Amino acid sequence: MTSAEIHQALVAKFGEKITGANLEALDPWIEVAPAAIVDVAEFLKTEPALAFDALNNLCGVDYFEADPKKAAKFGHEPHVEVVYHLYSYTHRHWLVIKVKTPRWQDGAPGQLPDVPSVAGVWAIADWHEREAYDLVGINFVGHPNQRRILCAEDWVGHPLRKDYEFPLEYHGIRGR
Amino acid sequence: MSLQLEDPRVIEFDVRTDEMLVNMGPQHPSTHGVLRLLLKTDGEIVSEVTPHLGYLHRCAEKIGENLAPQQWIPYTDRMDYLAGMNMNLGWALAVEKLIKMEVPEKAMVLRVAIAELGRIASHLVGMGAYGLDLGTFSPFLYAFREREIILDLFEEACGARLTYSYLTIGGATHDLPEQITIPPGLAALTGHKMDLSLSWIEACLIFLEWLEKRIFEYHTLLTRNQIFIKRTAGLGVMSRDMAIDYGCTGPVLRGSGVDHDLRRDGEKIYTRMYEGYTFDIPVAPFEVAPPEVILGDNWCRFFVRMKEVNQSIGLVRQALARYPKAEGTYRVPFKMATKLPKGEAYLETECPRGQMGFYVIGNDAANPLRARAKSSSFCNLSVTGPLCAGCLIADIPAIVGSLDVVMGEIDR
Repeated sequence: MTSAEIHQALVAKFGEKITGANLEALDPWIEVAPAAIVDVAEFLKTEPALAFDALNNLCGVDYFEADPKKAAKFGHEPHVEVVYHLYSYTHRHWLVIKVKTPRWQDGAPGQLPDVPSVAGVWAIADWHEREAYDLVGINFVGHPNQRRILCAEDWVGHPLRKDYEFPLEYHGIRGR
Repeated sequence: MSLQLEDPRVIEFDVRTDEMLVNMGPQHPSTHGVLRLLLKTDGEIVSEVTPHLGYLHRCAEKIGENLAPQQWIPYTDRMDYLAGMNMNLGWALAVEKLIKMEVPEKAMVLRVAIAELGRIASHLVGMGAYGLDLGTFSPFLYAFREREIILDLFEEACGARLTYSYLTIGGATHDLPEQITIPPGLAALTGHKMDLSLSWIEACLIFLEWLEKRIFEYHTLLTRNQIFIKRTAGLGVMSRDMAIDYGCTGPVLRGSGVDHDLRRDGEKIYTRMYEGYTFDIPVAPFEVAPPEVILGDNWCRFFVRMKEVNQSIGLVRQALARYPKAEGTYRVPFKMATKLPKGEAYLETECPRGQMGFYVIGNDAANPLRARAKSSSFCNLSVTGPLCAGCLIADIPAIVGSLDVVMGEIDR
C-alpha cells in the first residue's frame, strides 16, 4: 500500500487520533496522539492489508535549542518526538509513525513525559524503549522492565537532551 | 560395617542443586568483547539469561549531533570495527538520501567492490571466532591469514587497516591505486615474487582466486565436522516469527528462513548500486545440511555466512570488471559547511551483521539535529534471553557466538 492509502485507512479507523501527516517527505510519516499509539500499533501489525510485522527502529528526538541566540532561527516548537520506523516483510512497504509530547510532563522540568509502551506489540521495542528512556528521557508507561540499558544504572540525566549538562564527576572520575 | 539407608529418597534430597546466579563476562573470552550475561542456573541448566550492556558506551549519537556528517564518518567505523567499510557506506548513503545527492557510476562500482570485500573480511572473523567459541583453534588462524590480505589491500587503497573512513559522502576519499607492490602475505601464499608491481585490481583478483579454493577447506574443517555439528545443530532454534518480532536481521534472519536481503529488497538509493549484478541470497533451509540440523538453529546461521562469502567473491569480481569502464569519478565533492536541509532521512543498509540503520535529521545547519545509529547487533542480541532459556551453560557460547555480535556497535 502507498503511504496515502495507509493514512486513509488509519484516519477511517481512528479519526481524530491521527493528528497529522507529511506524505511528501522523504520517508512519509503519520503523527498519532500519544494516548492512541498502542491501539494504532496493534492495528498496523494485525490488519492483514498492512501487516507491519517488524519494528526496524524506535528512537526519541529532542527538538530544542539550548542557545537563546540561535533559538529564534531554530524553526521548531520545543517538544520531544518518538519515531517508529516500521516495515512489513509480507508486503515489503515502509511507514514512519511519530508521537509528539511536551519536553516535560505538565511543564515541570525534570518530570519525564509519558508515552505508552509498544513493547507488547513488537518484542524488540522493549530494548529500543529502554534506550530511548536512557538517552532521551521518555517515560514509557506500561514497559515491563524500564531501566537504563547503555548508561550506568546510577547515571544522572539523559544525554541526548539538548540541554543536558555533562556531570562534573562520576564516582571520583573527572568529567569535564 | 556397611552403610545402610532406610529410605533412598533421603540421599536424593541431599544432592539437590540450588539456584545460583553466575556472571558470564564482561571479560569472558566467548562473549565477543565486553558483554555481561547474568545467568540464573540450576546445576548445568540455565533458566534465565539477562544481558547487561553499555561497557563500551560513549554516546556516539551525541557526538554526531555536534559534528558535520563527514566528521562523524570516523565514529561510524569504530562502531562495528570488523566491518568499518560497510558502516561508512551506511552513514554516507543516509546523508546522501537527505541532501538528494547523485553519486557517479564509478563511485558506486568502487563502493560495491569495497563493501563486499569488507563483508568477506567480517564473515571470516565471524567464522574463525565461532570456531574459537566452540573450542577449535585452527579455523581462527586460517581466517585471520586470509583477512590479513584483505586488510593489506584496504591499506593500499586508503592507508588504514581497521578504521578506514574510506567510503565517504559523495563516493570515496581516494581512487583505487594504479600501481602497488604485491602485499607480502599474498606473494608468500601464492608464490609470486615479493617485489611484483601490479595494479590494485590485479592484486585483488589474485587474492580472490586463491581465497575461493580455500572456502572448500573451511567446510571440511568446520561445517562437516561431526563435533561442530553436535555443538551447533538443533541448538538455539529461532522460529521465523520470533526472529521478526525481535527485530533480527541479516544472516540471523536468513538462517531462520526469511528470504530478505536489502541489497535486493532495500530502498532504491541502496539497491541501484547492485543493479545488473548477479548474486544469490543464501536462505535456510539448505539441501546440503546434515540431517540433525533444524531450521533456524546455530548451524543454519553459520552456514548462511559461509555461503555469503562465496556470493561476495562473485560480486567483487563483477565490480572490478566494471570499474575500468565505469563513467564519472570516484567522488563528488561535498563541503564540510554544507547545510543539511530541513527534513529527515532513515536508511538501512545490509551490513555483514544485519540491517544497520542510520537516521539523520537536518535543520538548515551543517550539523544534524539528530544522528541516530540503529545497531543490527543490538537487535540480534536482544533475542539471547528467550533463546538461551533452558539450555546448558556450555551451549551459551555456541548460541551467542552464532549471533555474531560486535559490542562496539551495540554500545555505540
